[in-house]
Amino acid sequence: MFYREAGQFKSTYAKDQAIFPIKQDKLGVLAIFLFALLVVPFFASTYWLNSILVPFLVFAMAAIGLNILTGYCGQVSLGTGGFMACGAFFTFKLTTAFPEINIVLIILMAGFGTALVGIAFGLPSLRIKGFYLAIATLAAQFFLIWMFTQNPWWTNYNPAGVITAPPRALFGDFYITGALATPLNKYLFLLCFVAVMALVAKNLVRSAVGRAWMAVRDMDIAAEIIGIRPMFAKLSAFAISSFYIGIAGALWAFMYTASVEALAFEVTRSFQVLFMIIIGGLGSILGSFLGAAFIVLLPILLSNAPALLGIRMSTDMIAHLEFMIFGALIILFLILEPHGLARLWQLAKEKLRRWPFPY
Amino acid sequence: MTNAPRLFNEVLLEAKNISLFFGGVKALSGVTFDIRKGEIRAIIGPNGAGKTSMLNVINGFYHPQEGTIRYKGEMRRAMRPHRAARQGIARTFQNVALFKGMSTLDNIMTGRLIRMRSNLLFQALYWGPNQREEIKHREFCEQIIDFLEIQAIRKTPVGRLPYGLQKRVELARALAMEPDLLLLDEPMAGMNVEEKEDMCRFVLDVNEQLGTTIALIEHDMGVVMDISDRVVVLDYGRKLADGTPDEVRSDQRVIDAYLGVSH
Ligand SMILES: Nc1ncnc2c1ncn2[C@@H]1O[C@H](COP(=O)(O)OP(=O)(O)O)[C@@H](O)[C@H]1O
Ligand SMILES: [Mg+2]
Repeated sequence: MFYREAGQFKSTYAKDQAIFPIKQDKLGVLAIFLFALLVVPFFASTYWLNSILVPFLVFAMAAIGLNILTGYCGQVSLGTGGFMACGAFFTFKLTTAFPEINIVLIILMAGFGTALVGIAFGLPSLRIKGFYLAIATLAAQFFLIWMFTQNPWWTNYNPAGVITAPPRALFGDFYITGALATPLNKYLFLLCFVAVMALVAKNLVRSAVGRAWMAVRDMDIAAEIIGIRPMFAKLSAFAISSFYIGIAGALWAFMYTASVEALAFEVTRSFQVLFMIIIGGLGSILGSFLGAAFIVLLPILLSNAPALLGIRMSTDMIAHLEFMIFGALIILFLILEPHGLARLWQLAKEKLRRWPFPY
Repeated sequence: MTNAPRLFNEVLLEAKNISLFFGGVKALSGVTFDIRKGEIRAIIGPNGAGKTSMLNVINGFYHPQEGTIRYKGEMRRAMRPHRAARQGIARTFQNVALFKGMSTLDNIMTGRLIRMRSNLLFQALYWGPNQREEIKHREFCEQIIDFLEIQAIRKTPVGRLPYGLQKRVELARALAMEPDLLLLDEPMAGMNVEEKEDMCRFVLDVNEQLGTTIALIEHDMGVVMDISDRVVVLDYGRKLADGTPDEVRSDQRVIDAYLGVSH
């Protein structure tokens, strides 16, 4: 099958504005989703599910959230870890207080709670930008983690300061959290949930609010002069971004690690998600997935590749190597290709579209 | 041109005694002039005369220390630019101010944002009212794209366009707002003769076909004398002269200012 745009003339604006205007893109995304839904479960080992696919999906959710704020609206944030912690602890408090409410509803509610926190900490963005805003969000990060570690109420007075996921079912006995939840259940739930959330994000960024975000990102003065209220654009980006990140935090705590302390959401987590969107592609939903995949897979690749090649390497060495590769890549991408892997993919497609005639 | 002067009576905007300082620099001092509904009003003057500052005062980007603006009969001193936009004032910038990361079409669509009403939930689902609205506004933007003859660059990121086309896209974005008053800050600066002719034609067409009132800053005297109904001349932040192109052209102070005679 050829990747071609030619011959696909769009006769209506509705078709031109479709989420995937090129037919092959639409089929491709659908095929990947169906493959992940119907084929992967049959051969994925527990290791693959627990250590690769589940964290990949959780990270993708967090990366979409940060990408909305930073990639689309241009507001730098180092508070991602803190907002993830909000989602995790809000979910824990809510589901232990109201065990009868469906866990998905609880997670969404925790997301709304995190959105409110995001708005509060987004207020400085109305006055400051760039480096100074990054520092302000860093303050939010430290404050939130401090709040969750200092106040035992958040962990229901657990002596170790840890929250543990109670058993909760999506429906019937399809458990997705707690000891009864199988890795496969978690994976299937996450796959569908993240897919829906990604579609919603894609819809938002190609609608009015998304254009307002991008306008503020590209030139805030001009945005205001065409009638965009900067306050609405920035705070809505903070709110929706924090909604996604809060949900990602809840998924992390309840489905990936199953038991977590606030320190799991330290500032290194913020940087990790930031690296994902830089490497994957700022201002791209696809890039959020690519970045998450990259960050999850690179350490695994690094720890296995030397052995496969017959090279002996200490784990220390591997850890150092990982840092060095990340550092180098981030600098490279920032300088050479700010739109990351997603842009490289785009370029490859453009080449393919013209193939075999380059001009 | 030898056309009989067009007459305009209804005042759309009146700037009264506007003074604007930046620290010690007096960008505008006691400037009074009006813009009438339907006319093409030129603002001219040497570099640093305060022309851009005047436009910035009109659309609320600068807040003058003294003076008032009366727009559509309503008095105001200070107003945020997004409020001015919602009241029908659009503008372009001396240095193109487009959204570089977005396509031509998306840039123009941002001009429709003030008219988009569907709520976030519908946008999230891209469904129902939101989809209808997207299509309706897309149709409107396509008319502007046809009007300004930029069909070919619809999907091109504006950062990749040559300067002349960027200026055209910026005009398209302003027109998408369906403004009552359009402020153009040196729309033809840096253009070659052909591009200038095109731009002149667009400005005249907008004014005639859409009935949009236009205030424009321009350095090319030929253009100014050709297309404007009335001209106000600024120099060192003061109003030097005000009248029809013919009156202004023969004003001794204006001639002095432009020839650099000390005064
Ligand atoms: N934001 C600003 N800060 C300081 N001075 C300014 C600012 N904007 C304009 N000025 C000063 O105001 C004067 C008028 O500038 P401007 O309105 O840009 O002139 P023109 O558009 O006629 O060339 C200049 O002396 C300029 O330096
Ligand atoms: Mg100027």
